[in-house]
Amino acid sequence: MSFVEYGDTIKDGDTAIVFLGHESMFPVKVQHGTVTQTKYGVIRHSTDLIGKKYGSKVTCSKGGWVFILHPTPELWTMNLPHRTQILYSTDISIITMMLELKPGSIVCESGTGSGSLSHALIRTVAPTGHLYTVEFHQQRAEKAREEFREHGVEHLVTVTNQDVCKNGFGVSNVADAVFLDIPSPWEAIGHAKSALKAEGGRICSFSPCIEQVQRTCLAMEEYGFTEINTLEILLRVYNVRTISLQIPDLGKAPEDNSSTGFDSSNPSQQGSPCANLQQGTVQFKSGVPLREVVGHTGYLTFATKS
Amino acid sequence: GPGARRIREGDCAVLKRDEVFKAVSVLRRRKIIFEKQWFYLDNAIGHIYGTTFEVTSGGNLQPKQEVEETTTETKEAGTDNRNIVDDGKSQKLTHDDIKALKDKGIKGQEIVQQLIENSTTFRDKTEFAQDKYIKKKKKKYEAVITIVKPSTRILSTMYYAREPGKINHLRYDTLAQMLTLGNVHAGNKMIVMETCAGLVLGAVMERMGGYGSIIQMYPGGGPVRAATSCFGFPKAFFDNLHEFPLSKVQSLLSGTFTTETLPADPEENALLEEESNGLSEEKQPSLQETEEEPAPEAPMEINPAEEQDTMDINAEDVEFKENKEKENNVREKQLKQWERRKKLKEAAALLRERNADGLIVASKFHPTPLLLSLLEFVAPSRPFVVYCQYKEPLLECYSKLRERGGVINLKLSETWLRNYQVLPDRSHPKLTMSGGGGYLLSGITVVLEKGKADSSNSEALKMEEPSSKRCKLQELPC
Repeated sequence: MSFVEYGDTIKDGDTAIVFLGHESMFPVKVQHGTVTQTKYGVIRHSTDLIGKKYGSKVTCSKGGWVFILHPTPELWTMNLPHRTQILYSTDISIITMMLELKPGSIVCESGTGSGSLSHALIRTVAPTGHLYTVEFHQQRAEKAREEFREHGVEHLVTVTNQDVCKNGFGVSNVADAVFLDIPSPWEAIGHAKSALKAEGGRICSFSPCIEQVQRTCLAMEEYGFTEINTLEILLRVYNVRTISLQIPDLGKAPEDNSSTGFDSSNPSQQGSPCANLQQGTVQFKSGVPLREVVGHTGYLTFATKS
Repeated sequence: GPGARRIREGDCAVLKRDEVFKAVSVLRRRKIIFEKQWFYLDNAIGHIYGTTFEVTSGGNLQPKQEVEETTTETKEAGTDNRNIVDDGKSQKLTHDDIKALKDKGIKGQEIVQQLIENSTTFRDKTEFAQDKYIKKKKKKYEAVITIVKPSTRILSTMYYAREPGKINHLRYDTLAQMLTLGNVHAGNKMIVMETCAGLVLGAVMERMGGYGSIIQMYPGGGPVRAATSCFGFPKAFFDNLHEFPLSKVQSLLSGTFTTETLPADPEENALLEEESNGLSEEKQPSLQETEEEPAPEAPMEINPAEEQDTMDINAEDVEFKENKEKENNVREKQLKQWERRKKLKEAAALLRERNADGLIVASKFHPTPLLLSLLEFVAPSRPFVVYCQYKEPLLECYSKLRERGGVINLKLSETWLRNYQVLPDRSHPKLTMSGGGGYLLSGITVVLEKGKADSSNSEALKMEEPSSKRCKLQELPC
């Protein structure tokens, strides 16, 4: 396994995802002789994991069971150890498309943070592209290097420990795209421009506050970027539910039921509401929005160097 | 190499004017009509992609010179509009005057300057209002066109704006989600079932960069790839692109599949679809609830030359020649048929391995039967994503997948996209936003146990079901 190549069976040294149930999962480093505790009991790596197919059901010591999943950047994003705020897959998806990333792309990123976006970028530009990522926090830079090694993608990424606003990305005229997630991106626009290929490329900056966006847009304009465009993307997740609503009693006799307007004649018909007039309810399927959702992550500003 | 970034004859390129796009083939002496203007692309050849051109008289393109913004020498401006009255007489130039300027071949830039000079209220407008006025006039009179390289970003934006009906109203941010949720990347073996003019296929091909393989499942006589062809992919990208007819899926799953009976020739069908390849100038009516698309069944085209008995022109050699041609035609057809069979067998063999790395569905059909069948070809621990313009079919699909088992982490979602105007002291969300870009149902496959519905399964099902304590909801089959 690696984060850029699917494998069928679980091997010693792999990073696997233990899936316990709805939205409940965690990553595990597979190692001979190691055990992992779950709420359903112990998983013994040597016998329960190594050699098994990814996607298998694994029975834990207390009789409960879990699924073992192949790692992907998306699963990693949901499970990685946070060292900073991270970008989630909804923002990552639009960043990847709007930066026009594909196999072979050269990308510059700063900061590396917890590596959530980095893994997704590496996945997309592999096997012939490269990610140059810059992180000014030494410990975070080191931790990121270690993770890339463990995940079998170190050949696709260079981590540099420096201040991107002062020292830039450490490369010039090589990048097809630049991504910035730092507090003062306007200070790095000049460096971004010189990191991009002479013939042009794309840039994206992520900022939570509109004041940051304004300064960034001004800087982009000043450095001659075109197609400057700011957007925001929001994810709405729906729970699938079968809902029953009571029919109000308007004092009608049972024979009058046909006039209630509910069709109870064909209860087998899928997807359409059906009435149970005896119980006085109507049932239907609905996609129910979550009670509380993420209302804002950040503004994404894109532009072109041409 | 750097040459790849230059516009070459025969390229697939995209024209851009403000937010409007149009995909074109770069051909010499070919008249292009775009945004009420006509021109030739001849002069663009050799320039770098991203170059902005001005349309000059005679329909020629000329690279636009970076001009210093003619800072209106009078930096005068009002503070509010209390004294500005709309009497319809503020512009001293008449329609005829403006037309005369245009007919004289005066540059758009100069026309805008004249409009400003002849506007009696311009000086009284606020600085922001002046700015807005200039922008509006520039948009109308300065004919500049940028030629850009096609990409999923450009083409999905273009299709959503111009011909949403052809792509089932799949908005570009939704497509972006699909590629990420599906973990589409180099080396994958992907199954794609789409009726989005080949746009989704093209997006998947771009992300795979020619590494790995794609099996496109198609309804009717053949896959539609009008949008795919706009990407201008190198020929090698098509080497590992396979296609398989949906109508043969059942027989493949049950083991009775043969290549003896094929659907109608896909090429003829593709030609039919090509005529309406989503790039025509006219916009279609925005809200057509039942969009009629060209019949997918390819009619057997009758070639009149073949049908007519050899004309009674007396010269024998003519007859001989025609017979020879006929023979060649037959042989060519047989060869084509044989090649199609071979390709079909290859696709069938790839599917039979049942080890695909993902499934992407975005079609006009009901998703449930597609998912229940096509998931059989996907390996465990792989993502799948289904797009539907409507939420309700995905609700049903969700329930059926839960009944079937073999899938976890099912998620029904939608994204909202909001664009912003960012200008000093004038930042706000744009006035209009898209009402809807469709819905996604995604999940991950797991090993499907044959004797399913055993008691221990119910625990996991419960785990997957978010608690329903807060609202009085029941999970009962209808």
